Amino acid sequence: MKASLLKGAGALLLSLLAGSVSAQTIAITGGRVALGDGSEPIDGGTVVIRDGRIVAAGRGVAVPAGAQVVDATGKWVTPGIVAGFSRIGLVEVDAVDAANDVEARNSPFSAAIDVSTAINPRAQPIAVNRAGGVTRAIVAPGTARSIFAGQGAVIDLGADMNPITRARAFQFIEFGEEGTRNAGGSRAAANLLFRNALREARDLGLRGPIAGPGGQRTATANDQRDLPLEDLPNNRLLSASTTRPTDVLLTRFDAAALVPVLQGRQLLMVHVERASDILQTLALKKEFPSLRLVLVGAAEGWTVAKEIAAAGVPVIASALTDLPNTFEQLASTESNVGRMRAAGVRVSIGMIDDNEARQVRLARQYAGNLVAVARVPGSTGLSWGQALEAITSAPAEAVGMGGEIGSLRPGRRADVVVWDNDPLENGSAAQLVLIDGIQQPLTTHQTKLRDRYRTPTEGALPKAYDR
Amino acid sequence: MSNKLWLIAPALAAAAAGCAASAPPPRTAAASAPATPPKTYSRDPYPSTYRAYPGVLTAIVGGTVFDGEGRRIENGTVILADGVVRAVGGPETPVPEGATRIDARGKWVTPGVIDIHSHLGDYPSPQVEAHQDGNEATGPVRPEVWAEHSVWPQDPGFTRALMNGGVTSLEILPGSANLFGGRSVVLKNVPARTVQQMKFPGAPYGLKMACGENPKRVYGSRNQSPATRMGNIAVDRQTWARAAEYKRKWDKYERDGGEMPARDIAMDTLRGVLAGEILVQNHCYRADEMAIVMDMAKEFGYKVSAFHHAVEAYKIADLLKANGVCAAMWADWWGFKMEAYDAVDENIPLVHNAGACAIVHSDDPNGIQRLYQEAGKAQAAGRRIGINVPDEVVWTWLSWNPAKALGIGDRTGSLRAGKMADVVLWNGNPLSVYTRPERVWIDGALMYDANDPKRRPVTDFELGQPGEGDVK
Repeated sequence: MKASLLKGAGALLLSLLAGSVSAQTIAITGGRVALGDGSEPIDGGTVVIRDGRIVAAGRGVAVPAGAQVVDATGKWVTPGIVAGFSRIGLVEVDAVDAANDVEARNSPFSAAIDVSTAINPRAQPIAVNRAGGVTRAIVAPGTARSIFAGQGAVIDLGADMNPITRARAFQFIEFGEEGTRNAGGSRAAANLLFRNALREARDLGLRGPIAGPGGQRTATANDQRDLPLEDLPNNRLLSASTTRPTDVLLTRFDAAALVPVLQGRQLLMVHVERASDILQTLALKKEFPSLRLVLVGAAEGWTVAKEIAAAGVPVIASALTDLPNTFEQLASTESNVGRMRAAGVRVSIGMIDDNEARQVRLARQYAGNLVAVARVPGSTGLSWGQALEAITSAPAEAVGMGGEIGSLRPGRRADVVVWDNDPLENGSAAQLVLIDGIQQPLTTHQTKLRDRYRTPTEGALPKAYDR
Repeated sequence: MSNKLWLIAPALAAAAAGCAASAPPPRTAAASAPATPPKTYSRDPYPSTYRAYPGVLTAIVGGTVFDGEGRRIENGTVILADGVVRAVGGPETPVPEGATRIDARGKWVTPGVIDIHSHLGDYPSPQVEAHQDGNEATGPVRPEVWAEHSVWPQDPGFTRALMNGGVTSLEILPGSANLFGGRSVVLKNVPARTVQQMKFPGAPYGLKMACGENPKRVYGSRNQSPATRMGNIAVDRQTWARAAEYKRKWDKYERDGGEMPARDIAMDTLRGVLAGEILVQNHCYRADEMAIVMDMAKEFGYKVSAFHHAVEAYKIADLLKANGVCAAMWADWWGFKMEAYDAVDENIPLVHNAGACAIVHSDDPNGIQRLYQEAGKAQAAGRRIGINVPDEVVWTWLSWNPAKALGIGDRTGSLRAGKMADVVLWNGNPLSVYTRPERVWIDGALMYDANDPKRRPVTDFELGQPGEGDVK
């Protein structure tokens, strides 16, 4: 069984390397297929991929003539994992400043910062997490001297030099304790900083129409319509003749970057943990009705779940926070995600302040733990299907990309992983990873070290000759 | 694995337990001791006041039992009485009359998890500045500080480790800013008013040492020594040389009497290490540095009990085995600093497979709640490269090996008749992500029961706060 899969995978690799990617039809057959949409797994399912997109997935799906068949009998097949909140691709080693692009402590800019220019698709964390079955990630910058971190991106973890799925997908801000620090020391100051910034953006916008495409964007690879505002043709906002009042706090670029947030064309992702901060965030819509909010963290979200659900705001929550690490997380419990979901909140799993630059592969374990929690008396967890959803389609939906990534529903990008076992279980591993239908290498610095030191002692030559 | 270290541990434990007021005679004293031993200092001035809470005669029947030493019993029976394990066996094991019978069919029974590397209490939640009590980063040589003097028993992390992690004993260490970080303390994971009420009776002290990036960064950034790895070792060696001199003076005094030498609290700790009474727990990531430390230990006549955060242990598993030094490891942490860059997911099984002593540790208030899952991940990583470690042997990484490396292996860490009844009943296979503790006993007392909200500890800090008494 394993041999046949590997054989199939090998054939797949060879053919794709031959350069006929666009014409490929691939059928993954016989596996236990989970769609990632919250439904429970289907035994003996088939996934059909053509031209890098999902054509069909489920039971009774016919294998098209001429398709390359991957026999996944005895295996599990799921959409690739989507890292719900991450810094993947921005860091090689956290503690090496020169190899860490999360935050820019000495930059004059904030909201205008655009992480899509900083992603390194060859960073080891990309390779390690790709080997762990993570195929896409929501990547946010970190704040430094402002509550505005800048604009985050959605990326793929493919082994190529085109990592950006959607640049400038959202603006990320800190609005709890971290934001308080960034704003100068109080929540009231953070609130005022936010409102002032949006008013400065509005003042800019009033001076002329915003150039470029309006309305909701659809995602395409490296969407050139998503140019940074300052690069858009005919952008009068940033022309030399545009004058601004002298009492502004934001740079011109930063204010311009907030125009799409103000207009609801760009998501505003807000990190808050405390119940009162969550409510204050939801209340921002009274003053700025076009805001499209996403909450991140939300440790106390379960205590105000009705309000979040009523606002229709999705939450990218930390799954397992259960300690009062801070005074904004006093009510934290592993039942947070389950309770919010039960109250009708659209919840997914993210990893803010939790090794999110390197270990988004742990999202599977986090999701599995929420299944475990469901079995503890008095707790609220997730079903298996809901848990997988929380690390696949739910984060994709949270950033408005559920139509593109995160599930095996027809038309989605063919980000597909074949696992040797239940992907939420500790013992499982990815055996075949496809991104946009293209098979990905699973070797890393780590796997090569492992192979070199399978026996620790030297042979006829030093270890440096073993590879 | 060498047994050298473990042979001395029980004697030490017994000695430490009985020396509240005065020290035991040094081992070298037998031949020429004066009639009245010279007055000396206490080796145990903050003695444990831990008392086991009341338990009932309990029979856990029908579960899959991992005894912690690598044996597995299907349809097993575990009898707890008077705070200890009275019997462990198959279905034929007699259940004493009057025993509370617990149906463990479909469940697993193991010794409690022991975390050899925790900072609970000295970096407690909430992690505010006022609670940063783990690093006396005022000088690279601080063996005079004792972690127990920082431990806040009200840290909510202890209760999470109990309820979600099945952790029954743990070592609290000072941080790694210093080369000599100070003394560690071994605790039983029971809620208490004072740290003395948590102290594992008779457990030997540990000395936290650190290699590598942290000490040289902390002091190098202040333009102090050590600023380099060679500086780390130079300061270490200079300190051990001083300690040897201190030990000579005090050994002579305690043997022959005369004028009492000057007392140095820092040197007391190092003398204890050189005398084999205090176990060295050494933070060290890189293979090359561990090899140097093992030579340094030989140079000055001490023993490293375990390397902690031994990310590159797999590169020198043969050396660790030859030196009888354990490696305490994470399953898959990596890359957060340069010396963690060469981590591999197979580290733990590779070390185990080489015949060295492998331990799963946390260093983290969240990770400590899932050590059993970390072991499961490591086991699976091993299986994928052909190293098949059975579940019941994997459990040695979580209880027996850390117990031995802490010098408490004669008391806990496995289910043997007469040992402490530190036991977890799991609601499934305890290496699975889907499993949680159902009940936890410490010295035979039921300290957690998932089905009974009254057996769910709530710290002082959490009283009257949002979420008080909630499942966590």
